Amino acid sequence: MTGKHLTIALAGNANVGKSVIFNHLTGSHQTIGNWPGKTVERAEGTLHFDGYDATIVDLPGIYSFSTFSLEELVTREYIAHEKPNAIVNVIGASVLERNLYFTLQLLDMGIPLVICLNQIDVAKSKGITIDTQKLETILGVPVIPTVASRGKGIHELIQGALDVALDKHETRQNTVKFGDALETRIEKLTGAIESTQFNLGYASRWAAIKLLEGDSEIKKSVRSKSESVIQASEPMAKEIEDIHKESCFAVIASERYSRASQIAADVQRQEKVQATFSDRLDWFATHKVFGYLTAFVVIAGLLLWTFTVGNYLSGLLSHLLSFFESSNPMLTGSIGAIIWNGAFGGIVAGVTLVIPFVVPFYFVLAAIEDSGILTRVAFMFDNFMHRMGLHGKAIIPMILGYGCNVPAIYGCRVMGTRREKLLAAFAITFIPCTARTIIILGLVAAFVNIQWALALYAIDLVIIFALGRIALRVVPGQSTGLIMEMHPFRVPYLSVVAKQTWARTKSLIFMVFPIYVIGGAVVQGLYSLGWLGPINNALSPVTVTWLGLPLITGILLVFGLIRKELIVLALVPLLGAANFSLFLTQTQLIVLAFVSMLYIPCVATISALIKEFGWKPAAAISMANLVSAILLGGISAKLLTLAF
Amino acid sequence: MSKSTEEYLEALYTLTKGGETASTSAISKRLSVAPASVTEMLGKLSDDGYVNYQPYQGVTLTPKGFKMAEKMARKHRLLERFLHDMLGIGKDRVHAEACAMEHALSDETARALCQTLKHPDTCPDDGNPIPPCDLRFSSCEECQKWGGESLEKVGRREASVVSMSTLKEREEGKIAFIRGDSKVLRRLLDMGLTPGTKIRIARIAPLQGPVEIAVRGSKLALGEEVACNVFVEVAGAQVRLKTRHVTP
Repeated sequence: MTGKHLTIALAGNANVGKSVIFNHLTGSHQTIGNWPGKTVERAEGTLHFDGYDATIVDLPGIYSFSTFSLEELVTREYIAHEKPNAIVNVIGASVLERNLYFTLQLLDMGIPLVICLNQIDVAKSKGITIDTQKLETILGVPVIPTVASRGKGIHELIQGALDVALDKHETRQNTVKFGDALETRIEKLTGAIESTQFNLGYASRWAAIKLLEGDSEIKKSVRSKSESVIQASEPMAKEIEDIHKESCFAVIASERYSRASQIAADVQRQEKVQATFSDRLDWFATHKVFGYLTAFVVIAGLLLWTFTVGNYLSGLLSHLLSFFESSNPMLTGSIGAIIWNGAFGGIVAGVTLVIPFVVPFYFVLAAIEDSGILTRVAFMFDNFMHRMGLHGKAIIPMILGYGCNVPAIYGCRVMGTRREKLLAAFAITFIPCTARTIIILGLVAAFVNIQWALALYAIDLVIIFALGRIALRVVPGQSTGLIMEMHPFRVPYLSVVAKQTWARTKSLIFMVFPIYVIGGAVVQGLYSLGWLGPINNALSPVTVTWLGLPLITGILLVFGLIRKELIVLALVPLLGAANFSLFLTQTQLIVLAFVSMLYIPCVATISALIKEFGWKPAAAISMANLVSAILLGGISAKLLTLAF
Repeated sequence: MSKSTEEYLEALYTLTKGGETASTSAISKRLSVAPASVTEMLGKLSDDGYVNYQPYQGVTLTPKGFKMAEKMARKHRLLERFLHDMLGIGKDRVHAEACAMEHALSDETARALCQTLKHPDTCPDDGNPIPPCDLRFSSCEECQKWGGESLEKVGRREASVVSMSTLKEREEGKIAFIRGDSKVLRRLLDMGLTPGTKIRIARIAPLQGPVEIAVRGSKLALGEEVACNVFVEVAGAQVRLKTRHVTP
């Protein structure tokens, strides 16, 4: 035990099992937060091994360091400025060439490196075997084969990473060389950078390559220190372009890839294999008929599962909690009791809504996500999403929205540009979350019929599509096309699924719970003080005249701002009866559910929007929700009067 | 080459879209010329090696004719973009205007127009794709950087390149040219689509959705709007055109 504190970072492409490795290394000692000032998730944990404590940082899954995304920027800044003692580069054995492209960039950064050659079982199923010894010799860094999903090789990996971090391993890192024309210029520029002796944070060789590539961030930071290096780099880049007749960035990418390709060819042996089960499943999931059917069955199944399990668990839980106190909204009595009842109701709602409905939803969704099915769904629906200025990947946060809008809005980070994030978040606020589903079930399915409840869901999709198209014209900026790696299907890893479920549930607990509790108490308190009474009358032109609803719904909509499902729950004490059909017509039930479905996002969702996008977009989205709810609600009220 | 030759080739380019043969009557209708003159002109074009023409069996373009026709279509559609985007001329009028201007447009000016318009990919009136230029550039960025030097030094492509979104499942090709801004280009290069890389179409999503390609031992999905700007060399490339839906 040296007492030295170690930091080890995990880096690599997306979907190569980095998270599984991270879970193995850190066990339950994890914290998930954001990178300072960036909307990128940062996962950190502690490894206790052989008397050492090491902080493990799970860097985002990326393919390159071109600052095409925030993830790439965060990763390279972390490596340069926080200088971990070692980096474990997790690479997928079945997609060696693509993964080595990233490895070669890490080698140019000159940081202590260990390669974790993961998923060798997947490679084997594709007929690929890899000579790790040879790979180790070529790259000059330790290569440790693992099957993380079954915990194979983890012990060796930890040992290897610690050895490298503690400098025990004999380092003879080979920077894999480029072609002559490029290499001589890189070396010259590296020399020029080193002679100026300024501390960039980045390795000189890596900075030299980035200067030649024309990386604006690196140029800026070098320029602030030495104009002469910039002046040296520009003619060099021009020379390379003249020699290769291609832009310098393309030359570097081409040469790196051809090295990666050469190394992959040298170390791997490919045998012919028959189409695997995964291949056949892939064919099915992207078929022009079965593909959409699969997508439909998966999403409908997910929702069905959520509400079947949720209903059962929720009943059980509220039964348990009702031993303590009634959680039904209480609107008369002493003020203290009412506030307490509001707060307690918030807790109960949180417990009976989040745990039974949302957790099973997230759990199954995470499993579907990890299996690779959602990638196929994104592939199949890209073209629909494109019409809303989004691309296929947006389908993932949108499905997430059916659980709760809050983590779904954070999930919009998978999109490339701010415009796409904003458009996706806008669409999500119209997706009926569990709380809104409870309204639809409690008002329409229970007192009208199930067909109308399902129709509301279908109409909602049409509305989302139509409003998405309108938003596309209003929101300035660019949209990017879909560029996504298609991973083979696999059996989901329990540890990854559990971690993902927890990460999403956590954002609910920390954001939604307090608002439920405090908001519930405040609104009920205000109501009992009679301060909210005038609202009913003030809103009556909208609620009564335009929407054709009873006067008391004005107050319900205020309650709904805090907790959507309060719209149904508070109806019981307000009406003094649980059989709504005695007081509300079928049209009124449907209109109320419809308006609640579209109506202004709950406070928790609004605060998530503010966090991700700022006040103005959050306000604009909320207004759009409110206006469309009132407008469409009124129209549907008129139409429904004709139908019933 | 005469103006009327260019007009004929351009008409054939549109009429033989997707590999069909064009009939004499269709050509006569499109160009508002008497069928007898069409027959005469086709004979001349056939003698010059631009078309395959057998009386009563319809016409197709030869590779030489196709290359020429593609170039004309490119100039025509670039001009339409210019008239519409820069001069604000209505969609219904750009076609006729462009028809009159295209014959006087030099290759150098067409390139300058393409750069100024930020390498557009579709024409404004019917959303048809603008064919890529035949200069030996592998990206628009490269063309941009080339500056004012003589285009003869760049060289020209021998075979036409085809858009990835026109390929069918299991077809193979080599990356030749990527159209678009440098951000998308860099991302594609980072994903391994460097010039000369072999790709195979693994799957095409229904309803003009994305294509899935096998490249560098892995699979990659590219949205239609990305794929249509990636051009590949295909062994025995044929006349291949597809109308892309117009996207807002």
